[in-house]
This record gives sequence, C-alpha cells and structure tokens, in this order.
Amino acid sequence: MHLILFILFAGFCLAGAINLLLQSHPISSALSLIVVMTSLAVLYLLLGAEFLAAAQVIVYAGAIMVLFTFVVMLLNAGREDRTLGSKASRLIGFPAVVVILSLIATIILHAQELGAARLSEGITTTEELSAVLFTKLLLPFEATSVLVLIAILGAVVLASRGNGENNAKSKEAK
Amino acid sequence: MNPAYTQLLQQDVPLAWYLVLSAALFSLGVVGFLIKRNLITVFMSIELMLNAVNLSFVTFAHQWHAVKGQIFVFFVMMVAAAEAAVGLAIIIAVFRARATLAVDRIDLMKL
Repeated sequence: MHLILFILFAGFCLAGAINLLLQSHPISSALSLIVVMTSLAVLYLLLGAEFLAAAQVIVYAGAIMVLFTFVVMLLNAGREDRTLGSKASRLIGFPAVVVILSLIATIILHAQELGAARLSEGITTTEELSAVLFTKLLLPFEATSVLVLIAILGAVVLASRGNGENNAKSKEAK
Repeated sequence: MNPAYTQLLQQDVPLAWYLVLSAALFSLGVVGFLIKRNLITVFMSIELMLNAVNLSFVTFAHQWHAVKGQIFVFFVMMVAAAEAAVGLAIIIAVFRARATLAVDRIDLMKL
C-alpha cells in the first residue's frame, strides 16, 4: 500500500513540477505548484509527520499559493516571452543540473545506512512535536512570530509606497 | 487473493527513494529558475526548491526518529511564508516602477 501511494503521489509531484516548467502562463504554473505541494503533504503523512502534512496544506497550498495567484491576477501577468532567454543558461545550466542530479542520486542509492519506511510506523504525533517546540525551542518560536510580524509590516510598506507617491504627484499636479 | 498482489501491498519503500525524489524536485526548481522569464514564475521555482529540501528534512527525521528535523521544517515554512509576503510586495513595487515582469528588462537597481 505504501509503495502504491508513494509511486502515485511522487508521480503527481514530478508531473506538477514539470508542468510548472512547461506552462507559459503564470496562473497555470501556480496551479501546478499547488498540485506539487498537496502531493508533498501526502508524502509527509506517509513518513509519519501528521502535523507537517496539515501545515503544508494550510500554509503552503492555502496561504502562500493564494497570495501567488492573487498577485498574478492583480498584475494581470500574461504569457511570458521567450525571446530574450540567455544561451549560457541553456548550454551550461542544463548539463550541470543533470550531472548534479545523477551525482546526488548515485550517492543516495549507494548509501547503506538508510532504512525503509512502512505504514503506521514511526509516526510523530502533534503532541510530541509541540512538547519539544514549546519547552526547549520556545525562544526560536517566539522569534519567528516577531519575524512574521516584521514581514507583514514590510509587505504593507513596500506594496503601498508606490500608491502614496502617485497620490503626492497627483496632488502636486493639481 | 493473489500472493504477488498481497506482497505488493505490504512492500516497504526505501527512504533513498524519497531522497531521490527530493533531489529531482530541487533540480526541477533550479531548471525553472534558469529558464523562466517571468518574475513570479522564478519566485515559484524558489518555493519548489524550498519544498524539496523540506521533504529531505522529513525523510531524515523519519530515519533517525528525531522530532527536531520536523521542527526545522516548521520553521522553514514560517520563514517561507514571511519571504513570500515580502517578495510578492517587492514584485508589486517593481511592477509599479517598470510596468513589466520580464526578468530580462529588470536589470538596473535604479530607474
């Protein structure tokens, strides 16, 4: 069962990632990225990370991708033009990526210490996770909340600054 | 029930396969970063690379029965959310200044 689920959702992941590269419209790329992230949530469940599977769906597939699709629609991003693509990235980049991928895959497949995963084994419950997160790692957790707050403020300032300047200019023109 | 079918149902998956999948997703993210010409799609490729690394974190957490690997993924998710909010705000600001999203046309720090 584990093997079947793994092959199915790993296939979804790879198909979504390849589709992200092939689509020329940003909204299609965003939708295929949602497929990748949801399939990754199922893979997390197979590895026994139940809290992370839920967080992956809520944070990534929910919040972040909604933000992406919102910006794509707000900026009315159309098809991308492929005319000005650099030759160097095609000539050197692709062989380099293939070489690195085959190198990593060879090393991983030859590693002897790695075990195997089976269903209903090695499940980390949310209780265990939060026991560590809220006792030993409380300070980093609170620091993250400050970081997110700063990011929200930064996003508001960055996104609204252009508007303010335009308003000032239109007032001067009047 | 067919014995071969029963064996298939009880088959384990080597953790190395998860790591290879993670490496493949990361490479696809790198390729997307290189060939995509739209600023938003380039940003999506970065998110794909982050997700690939998260998968290998979870795999190693399962291998060594360590909770800390999963907590690290949690922090990566939080930082990625903050990064996406700030990055998309910067993209909106760049689009207001240049009226384009093509990375080839955005090659100067100043207007």
